[in-house]
Amino acid sequence: MLRFTIRRLLQMIPTIFVVALLIFFIFSIVPGSFAATLFSDGRADADPELIARLNREFGLDRPLWERILTYFGDLLRFDLGTSFRTRLPVTEMINQRIWASLELAVAAMVFAVVIGVPLGFMAALRPGSVLDTVTMIGAVSGLSLPQFWLGLLLMMLFALHLGWLPSFGYGDGAFRNLVLPAIALGVTPLALLARTTRAGVLDVLNSDFIRTAHSKGMSEPQVVRWHVARNALVLIVTTVGLQFGSLIGQAVVIEKLFAWPGIGSLLVDSVAIRDIPVVQGTILVIVLWFLVINTAVDLLYAAIDPRIKQG
Amino acid sequence: MMRTLSLAALLSLGTASLALAETPRSGGVLNFTAPYGTSFATLDTQSSPTIQEHFLTFAIHRSMYSWDSIGNKPVLELADSVDVSEDGLTYTYHLKKNAVFHNGKPLTVDDVIFSYKRIADAKNSMPGARYIQTIKGADAFGKGEAAEIEGLVKVDDHTVAITFNTAANPGFPLMETGTIILPSNVPVEQQATQPVGLGAFVFKEHVPGSQIVVTKFDKYYEEGKPYLDRVNIIVMGEGAARDVAFRNKEVDVSVLGPAQYQDYLNDANLKDHLLEVAETFTRNVGFSQTKVEAFKDKRVRQAINYAINSDLIIQRLARGKAVRATGWLPVGSPAYDNDAKPYAYDPDKARALLKEAGYEKGFEFAITAGPNESWGMPVVEALIPMLAQVGVTLKARPVESAALSGHVTSGDFEAYMWSNLTGPDPLTVMRCYYSKTPQSACNYTAYNNPAYDVIYEAALAERDGDKQAELLKKANNFIQEEAPVWFFNYNKAVMAYQPWVHGLVPNATELALQPYDEIWIDDSAPANRK
Repeated sequence: MLRFTIRRLLQMIPTIFVVALLIFFIFSIVPGSFAATLFSDGRADADPELIARLNREFGLDRPLWERILTYFGDLLRFDLGTSFRTRLPVTEMINQRIWASLELAVAAMVFAVVIGVPLGFMAALRPGSVLDTVTMIGAVSGLSLPQFWLGLLLMMLFALHLGWLPSFGYGDGAFRNLVLPAIALGVTPLALLARTTRAGVLDVLNSDFIRTAHSKGMSEPQVVRWHVARNALVLIVTTVGLQFGSLIGQAVVIEKLFAWPGIGSLLVDSVAIRDIPVVQGTILVIVLWFLVINTAVDLLYAAIDPRIKQG
Repeated sequence: MMRTLSLAALLSLGTASLALAETPRSGGVLNFTAPYGTSFATLDTQSSPTIQEHFLTFAIHRSMYSWDSIGNKPVLELADSVDVSEDGLTYTYHLKKNAVFHNGKPLTVDDVIFSYKRIADAKNSMPGARYIQTIKGADAFGKGEAAEIEGLVKVDDHTVAITFNTAANPGFPLMETGTIILPSNVPVEQQATQPVGLGAFVFKEHVPGSQIVVTKFDKYYEEGKPYLDRVNIIVMGEGAARDVAFRNKEVDVSVLGPAQYQDYLNDANLKDHLLEVAETFTRNVGFSQTKVEAFKDKRVRQAINYAINSDLIIQRLARGKAVRATGWLPVGSPAYDNDAKPYAYDPDKARALLKEAGYEKGFEFAITAGPNESWGMPVVEALIPMLAQVGVTLKARPVESAALSGHVTSGDFEAYMWSNLTGPDPLTVMRCYYSKTPQSACNYTAYNNPAYDVIYEAALAERDGDKQAELLKKANNFIQEEAPVWFFNYNKAVMAYQPWVHGLVPNATELALQPYDEIWIDDSAPANRK
């Protein structure tokens, strides 16, 4: 297990390297620079001297290869650079915002798992029933609803019409501020989990060993608990892992809509103004998060199903 | 000036005057929105060139001058009086003796010199450097060629003599948010985390990506102000979310887009609480006189102006949230000509002008534009059939917002669509057509006409304010006739406010920026804000 863990962790390094290189090249060729974007909205006349000075200060006038070497040299020292916009270390900016994103992602995932998995389970145990039909219609709807639109809908209903919850913002970190963005973000993984769980459970229910268990005289709850649940769990955990890993990236839209101070809104802002060190840093963190979650899921497989060897 | 004022007043819905007639109530909390982004870049707002940080600047800092939205001019802010030398170059400011920084330090000339030196120093890359460079010797100091700014002389602790390079009104550059005065006894690094200023509110808390909280400063130099106990400056970049929050009474003001503007106008509960003003931004299409041969001919440029039904575009696309542009200078400018008429929609005249110029069979050009709904691709798409009617083939060249300024300032366009700052100082604004202004600064169309230069240079040399305004009016009318751009519209900014909010002003330089010390809320506010 230790060797497997170390190997998986080492596999992350080339992935991160490739991602970092890709981001670097993309933002080196896209038009627009941080200094020029300061005047994009036309609120001030362009100041060529300031633009030239800033480009010089940020090293943007240096050759590409030189900038790459500097960037990867810094990266090896876990230095993500300094933001063009705030002049703060990127790590500090990410630290300011990542916790709100994690809070939102965890809340959304808890919401999705707590509702999605039992729904999918129950739907699979009673295929063709009203519950099954309603669950699957709901799941398809959940997957096809644009998050932005769903978020607005939730705001209108729970904030504007019912007045139960605030429509935006982090507030003082109260739970009530978290509810609507978490639901808006959690609906897609919920729908996916419900569908995946249903499919996984149905698949297991049709297996020979389930029929054997029944013929041995095991009660329905025992079969479900000891055979169906454990065998379906691998698929469910995989889906949870993939969804959880990608949730921070998906949160970009929701964070912007609900004025949630997470890493997603930081990324959107930074792309728009070409604050390249922050863009590179935030994307790397999102990728790293995805890789860590997936590695954790791989490790979990062994605990769930001893037949899966990690070698 | 009075004519300008009356026009500006007409555009506003009289909130300010109503506020003046009522007795302000002290206390309460204001939930203000900062709509231009999803965060604040820095709390050291002197170093920030973007408008989002100015919401904080207005609360906690002060510059030597401020903008009087009612009088439509810069007024002294940190000085009780000023003496002007005979040559109009040296201004001796007598600083307010009761002005105190939030850390208790009284304002002195040392703070002014400290601040202006920090801004002028090229090593600091300060956005306000261009304004301080109006002071004699600031340029040399900035480049490290002098140890002090020559034109900045301390007379005594509360008297400073400032000598400027030209006799232009120093109120315009020294009212800019990039020229705020910081205390000389606070390390500048601290301003990025715990900003200290002279403003009516004290910095209390910053939740990155969420909000900034400021509280009442008891030693503020204006007696009885501010009225509010606290202001929450909330980051709300998303218009749709802002709309819901405003309707839900969670925020007290909201800046509206074109679609929301019509919705609010049609809503009986909301339409009476809209503050409107024609801002000092002119939306236009600039014609490159270096890339497109046809644009060298004035008649072709005029033909484009005649061929476009601007009013229709304003009505349909901008949803009425714009004021038709008659020229380069906006309605609120001291040099705006109230008698000026916009180009009429006259395709026949456009065809005749094109024929006269030798372009009877038309020509082709592309407009580089961003995605902005009010001055971007949607408008360009509306222009295509209009210009086709007069034989001109227009192609759209869409670019990302972040890339637009790069294309324009480097001259990489045949035509561009942009919204440009055209106020409040007409002398600064009209330099954009002066041949000595580089294309990369603001002479984007590379306009060059000796006849215009003569008028502009006369305005530059004129020291009498009224005569200068007349010359600038003449310059503006000259540019209208020359049509180096298609004059589209002046932005009509619209702010919705809750009925309990008073003291908002029609700030034509940027409506979203409001003097927090003037704002107060009445008893009808929700309990959590009283």
